[in-house]
Amino acid sequence: MADLERQTMPEQAPEIRRHNFSEVALGYTPAQAEAEARRCLNCKNAPCMQGCPVSVRIPAFIACIARGDYAAAYETVTATNALPAVCGRVCPQERQCEARCVRGIKGKSVAIGALERFAADQHAEEETAAPAGNKNGKKIAVVGSGPSGLTAAGDLVRLGYDVTVYEAFHTAGGVLMYGIPEFRLPKAIVQKEIRRLRALGVHIETNVIVGKTLTVDELLTEMGCDAVYIGTGAGLPSFLGVEGEDLKGVCSANEFLTRINLMKAYRFPEYDTPVYCGKNVAVFGGGNVAMDAARSALRLGAEHVYILYRRGREELPARAEEVVHAEQEGVEFRFLCAPTRFLGDENGWLTGVELQDMILGEPDGSGRRRPVSVEGSEHVLPIDTAIVAIGQSPNPLIRKTTEGLETNRRGCIVADELGATTKPFVYAGGDAVTGAATVILAMGAGKTAAGAIHTALTEAETHG
Amino acid sequence: MPYRITEKRDLNPQVYFMKIEAPLIARKVEPGQFVIVRLDEYAERVPFTVADFDREAGVITIFVQAVGNSTRALAQLNAGDEISDIAGPLGMPTALEGYKKAAVIGGGLGTAIAWPQARKLKALGTEVTAITGFRDKSYIILEEEMRAASDRLIITTDDGSNGLQGFVTDRLRELLEAGETFDLVIAIGPLVMMRAVCALTERCGLPTIVSMNPIMIDGTGMCGGCRVSVGGQTKFACVDGPDFDGHAIDWDGAIKRQQMYRDYERRACEHCRMKGKEDGNG
Repeated sequence: MADLERQTMPEQAPEIRRHNFSEVALGYTPAQAEAEARRCLNCKNAPCMQGCPVSVRIPAFIACIARGDYAAAYETVTATNALPAVCGRVCPQERQCEARCVRGIKGKSVAIGALERFAADQHAEEETAAPAGNKNGKKIAVVGSGPSGLTAAGDLVRLGYDVTVYEAFHTAGGVLMYGIPEFRLPKAIVQKEIRRLRALGVHIETNVIVGKTLTVDELLTEMGCDAVYIGTGAGLPSFLGVEGEDLKGVCSANEFLTRINLMKAYRFPEYDTPVYCGKNVAVFGGGNVAMDAARSALRLGAEHVYILYRRGREELPARAEEVVHAEQEGVEFRFLCAPTRFLGDENGWLTGVELQDMILGEPDGSGRRRPVSVEGSEHVLPIDTAIVAIGQSPNPLIRKTTEGLETNRRGCIVADELGATTKPFVYAGGDAVTGAATVILAMGAGKTAAGAIHTALTEAETHG
Repeated sequence: MPYRITEKRDLNPQVYFMKIEAPLIARKVEPGQFVIVRLDEYAERVPFTVADFDREAGVITIFVQAVGNSTRALAQLNAGDEISDIAGPLGMPTALEGYKKAAVIGGGLGTAIAWPQARKLKALGTEVTAITGFRDKSYIILEEEMRAASDRLIITTDDGSNGLQGFVTDRLRELLEAGETFDLVIAIGPLVMMRAVCALTERCGLPTIVSMNPIMIDGTGMCGGCRVSVGGQTKFACVDGPDFDGHAIDWDGAIKRQQMYRDYERRACEHCRMKGKEDGNG
């Protein structure tokens, strides 16, 4: 049967898309989606669901698509997932739901991510649900409007809480807005999901930097909140710490991507914010952020874009699809090398990077084989732009201003498996607790904490 | 929630005084801290030091120097107009307690940032000598305000058009040569001016605080664009500063980094903003 082949999602051709910021993957047609949905075996024990951090009822929503009831598919997905159009695009499905799909044992798994995206994209905004009813009179502050905060806010507002989300930037969405590029996650999609949460009754206050404009303690006292959820992510960029990193032309991936995505520098000078990008660009790192930066540099007109990674191809932490897309578009991967210093001219502009070859040694704490440098292997790669994408850690603003909130030596907030921190009625989750990870894990933490907050406040009422 | 301008005045051909309603910021801000302003959808996020504030009225004062595209658009606004976004207060407040005799030095627009520092020092009982420097007489700002915030005010101009010719460093050198001494020097202005003041005070062993204003996007430690080398360590001006020990700054590095986006700024200014044209205020 032809329709038992996994449906391939149409994409912009690599030679076209490397010159534009429009979305790469174009989404299934209804016929494709229904054909793909019919591949689902509707397993009774639904192993795919165990791979989903927010427990989307996968076989149920896929069955709705198979019979052409897209509205029911959307209802089913959004019952547990506040951001389906986002997850369908950016989740590492190959390591989660799709990794457990029974179809995957002998052939290709069902394209669960593509179907989730389809269900979300089919939903017209005017069908958006009315505000959640049955207010319980309790107030919750959510700090950060990224995937973790939005998920917690969505669940709490449905439980009857009065929820206000505080965002430091001028636009809500966190990493979905400033970090992930338009060609992978269109900003209009993110804003549509946020409008749906607002319609449910979630308040969003932008330009409020918790730790500066307001403190966590003020939220609990002056602002009268019964609990606070901290989902502030990991926004502090790590630098390489090598000579020459202050040269002009070297920047963090955070700066590069924030200029492009949040400030729309790819449309400079229509938008006022510029972004510097030369002809020969080196991106350091092997995660999704590195792929996003490299592919953005191509779209800004770079002639050569290198991804320089100190481990091998097998160890790349990026989502498989992103690596494939980057290669198709012409990003040049150089494995097993690490920078030892940046070189510059007399005016302080970057001219090159000195690299050292690496070999893989014994596995380290992360389980991956530790790279070891090869003495005497130094060589110079001429570049005019360097983008450092070797990781982010949590921002210290809240840690420094919140008494009683314990953090670990990496600056991450200490929280138990339900998200409870060392401070009463303060919960935390996502990258602020784990260090930089994925959108979906952050969403899972937001969902768990929302449940824990509800339990704690219900108990406090019963016993208090 | 937009932020309404309650008062606006032209101080010199390039500098504008603006009072803006921002109650949450006015409630907390201290001298030395700054805000990030984004005029509208198209504008850059631009840092401005808060020059004054009224906690009761919920307003803050900033001084806008119309040099880039976004700042020139901001300078077009008037009382009653609204600004899309203001976030703050950001950065660390200046530590001003415990000084007996301070020299507060402002170069050009730096005077606007030095003003709240002088005011606070005076309020804390410190004897304040203020030295302000401008290109020529027409660029002098905050004369009355600085006089009120100091025990002595010396205004100097590059061309001598106000009757006193020379740089702020010339005036400071004269005071030091006449035997005056200070237990704190605050220098705020262009990088080359702050570097010159620091070179002078370092020779005399006078502790000197400078306020850095590098390129930044978010103002909360996220982009790392504002990194400054201080005592051989990388610091972020937005969260670790903007004040630093002037004798520990790598001035050559800071001056080079400041020029990173100069070509783009020129291009942006050449580009006539579509939106401005349509609104008739471009």
